[in-house]
Amino acid sequence: MSNWTRACGTDDIDNEDVIPVAIDGHDYAVYRSPDDDYFATDGHCTHEAFLLAEGLVMDNIIECPKHNGRFDYTTGEGKGAPICEDLRTYPVKVEGGSVYIDLG
Amino acid sequence: MAATGNVERIVVVGTGECGARVARELRERGFAGAITMIGDEPHTTYERPPLSKSALISDEISPVEVLPVARLAEFDVELMSGTAVESLDRDRMLAVLSDGGEVPYDRLLLATGARARTLPIAGGEFALTLRTIDDARALRAQLGPGRSVTVIGAGLIGLEVAASARQLGCDVTVLEVAPRALGRALPAEMADVLVKRHAEEGVEVLCGVLPTGISRLDGGLAVGVEGFDQPITADVVIAGIGVTPNVELAQAAGLRCENGIAVNDRLRTDDPAIFAAGDCCSFPHPLYGGRRIRLESWRNAHDQAAVAAANMLDGDEQHAAVPWFWSDQYDLGLQHAGLADEAASAVVRDSGNGSQIRFALALDGRLVAASGVGPGTSTAKDIRVAEMLIAAGNRPDPEVVADASVPLKELIKS
Ligand SMILES: Cc1cc2nc3c(=O)[nH]c(=O)nc-3n(C[C@H](O)[C@H](O)[C@H](O)COP(=O)(O)OP(=O)(O)OC[C@H]3O[C@@H](n4cnc5c(N)ncnc54)[C@H](O)[C@@H]3O)c2cc1C
Ligand code: FES
Repeated sequence: MSNWTRACGTDDIDNEDVIPVAIDGHDYAVYRSPDDDYFATDGHCTHEAFLLAEGLVMDNIIECPKHNGRFDYTTGEGKGAPICEDLRTYPVKVEGGSVYIDLG
Repeated sequence: MAATGNVERIVVVGTGECGARVARELRERGFAGAITMIGDEPHTTYERPPLSKSALISDEISPVEVLPVARLAEFDVELMSGTAVESLDRDRMLAVLSDGGEVPYDRLLLATGARARTLPIAGGEFALTLRTIDDARALRAQLGPGRSVTVIGAGLIGLEVAASARQLGCDVTVLEVAPRALGRALPAEMADVLVKRHAEEGVEVLCGVLPTGISRLDGGLAVGVEGFDQPITADVVIAGIGVTPNVELAQAAGLRCENGIAVNDRLRTDDPAIFAAGDCCSFPHPLYGGRRIRLESWRNAHDQAAVAAANMLDGDEQHAAVPWFWSDQYDLGLQHAGLADEAASAVVRDSGNGSQIRFALALDGRLVAASGVGPGTSTAKDIRVAEMLIAAGNRPDPEVVADASVPLKELIKS
């Protein structure tokens, strides 16, 4: 079952960057790629649960701001130590200048 | 003792950050032979940084595993915990164990880490130290509301323990023999931000004071201090006065040691079959003129693990990563990249919201170090960019660096 929820405006995120979005007490990280595509993942790192949204985005990678663990934010795949678990991703769609994520 | 031919058996001595990471890295690089990790602690692999921070504040200290047990099985790594390697037979290429067993190796990594220094004063044994999860549990059992705690040493571990003890409701005093806190780790201005925060929380940091002895007094402890009329009394005394690299095994095996097990920039010892990495080794750093240094940081243990794994598999990778560490005290996060000893000038970037970053430039304008402190991870992104600029030998425009309205990331693009 899909559950599309507005996360933010398309202009709220700079190109190749990430912002934190909280919906119903759950933290998400919403990304804008260098090609202006949008993606969403869980907000917390799978290593020690720090918030990802202050991390550096480069290409398709988000680096956790705490210990620089890396994930491909387009797939959620963890990219080596200290990450042992992938990151959950959420479907995203853009409509009328807004970014929606499917909370499922 | 020539280490040629196929590498089939790799032995890792030490199951800390570095040892555990090496095991994972070997598999991720496709090594299909036997991996045996031997560690003297009676535990699976666990991370140390939380032990002075988040874990110490929690009611029960549960380990954050570097390699969860399920992963060890998946990677087919044999973990021998509670077992020390007593000696190395380099001629027969055997690790000799405390229980008399022998484990053959084609390549061996020394990831023996470091141990906490004990206080070299009368009654120094009354001071707790913090290196292992058992140490942390023993310390945690002593902390609680109204308990008085004296921390000896205002380095990173000492100040983290002070902050955690304070958050648990203890009355905390920190004694530092040097004229200022964090002298080894940080520029004075950054250290001041942290010390000021401790003062706001009610933790006194006394610098330039020399503890002379510790004795029992009325069920508690008394710390004698030079020039003080009265000793400082406390329920708990903890020493955070640095660590000593665990080199004895290497030394006894005839390997060269210079402030750590001496390796080259490929992390090789003089024995082609033996490597060393992490807190236990000293190495020449190519970014800093090839000067031999030893680092005691989590990231270094991980970075060197990756290089050691590659080179044990006959790769030829140089270890050139920019030194990097973090610390957490109260809600403040500190991150530091680089080495500041070549620093000739400093540029400050004040991002408002209580965050600031101090960039150190060498005489020729190269960025050599950057430290950021602020709430949580507020300076992380810029410190990460600084790290890349340092690695590239970049000479950034000081005006751009100081201007918080220009994202620092622009500098790596230009
Ligand atoms: C409380 C605490 C907080 C820290 N916080 C931070 C932080 O915030 N940021 C940061 O960057 N760094 C921090 N560090 C430092 C970081 O944890 C170390 O740099 C890191 O653990 C080094 O990893 P290592 O594998 O080289 O050594 P270790 O983790 O020390 O592991 C070495 C292991 O080898 C074992 N061993 C030694 N000799 C033998 C032998 N002969 N046979 C078998 N086993 C042996 C040891 O018992 C130990 O288990 C902290 C350290 C501590 C103690
Ligand atoms: S919390 Fe993200 S890498 Fe540690």
